[in-house]
Amino acid sequence: MAVERFPIEASHILMFARAIGDENPAYTDATSDAAKALGGVIAPPTFTMSATQFDPEAMLRPKLDEPWFGSAATPSGAEIARTGALHAEQHFEYFRPVLAGEVLTLTERAGTTWTKMSKSGGSLVFDERFHDYCSAETGDVVVTARFVSVIPVPAPTSEA
Amino acid sequence: MTIELQVGDSRTETVLKNISRTRIVMYAGASGDYNPLHSDEIYVTQVAGYPTVFAHGMLSMGATGKVLTDWVGAGKLKRYGVRFVNQVWPGDDLVVTATVDALRDEDGRPAADFTVTTVNQHGKPVVTGTATAFLD
Repeated sequence: MAVERFPIEASHILMFARAIGDENPAYTDATSDAAKALGGVIAPPTFTMSATQFDPEAMLRPKLDEPWFGSAATPSGAEIARTGALHAEQHFEYFRPVLAGEVLTLTERAGTTWTKMSKSGGSLVFDERFHDYCSAETGDVVVTARFVSVIPVPAPTSEA
Repeated sequence: MTIELQVGDSRTETVLKNISRTRIVMYAGASGDYNPLHSDEIYVTQVAGYPTVFAHGMLSMGATGKVLTDWVGAGKLKRYGVRFVNQVWPGDDLVVTATVDALRDEDGRPAADFTVTTVNQHGKPVVTGTATAFLD
């Protein structure tokens, strides 16, 4: 995932803050004392995940001319079921608050992959990625993140 | 003004109650994660094989963070990381406990390390993690 321009917008932050149930005035009200003390509305700690809204290639957003794997006329609109991957871990490091009105960039670096046995005798395949969110204006790192996904692979069934 | 904390200080708060499918849709719309696992009952039951839709892990992580930022203040986190240990289903509550693990300096500033654990209404952990916040 790479995003050349991730504009941080106050109304986007408001929608995000409502969704997570945290309507802190620092996130939702530019006229509040909380926001004024921070130099304006800031983003909640997990907001940078929504950079995917600005990724032209985002796999988890329906696109006009591509089959979508969710239901429509049929239970799935795609041959390839992308059902496997789940979010296993997410870690952020903050270098300063993310401010409404600025523009960030996002670059991704591959991490490692590893496999564990699952409780049911199958395996769990983990995949790690590093995300750097930088100021588009200065290039300074604002937030870094480590994203770990997991694909559960069932144990092979013995055939009679 | 520095926030005064002691190792072992703890806060517990129910951050979301009876999570609705609509809230999960709100999170999909805001975050841009439109994976049908979280909103499409037909797909999720007939194709993916789950009993119903379930919440994004990041919805739980975001809701969990409220207890930390209400305590130390918005914009004070240095690090925040979690593991998603069980799924969160429609109807679940999220009960967050944050505890001060250590007090120390970070980059020459007073800081606190926290553990956070979020459980559902049955006491089953759904999110476990750690955070570091500046206290000045």
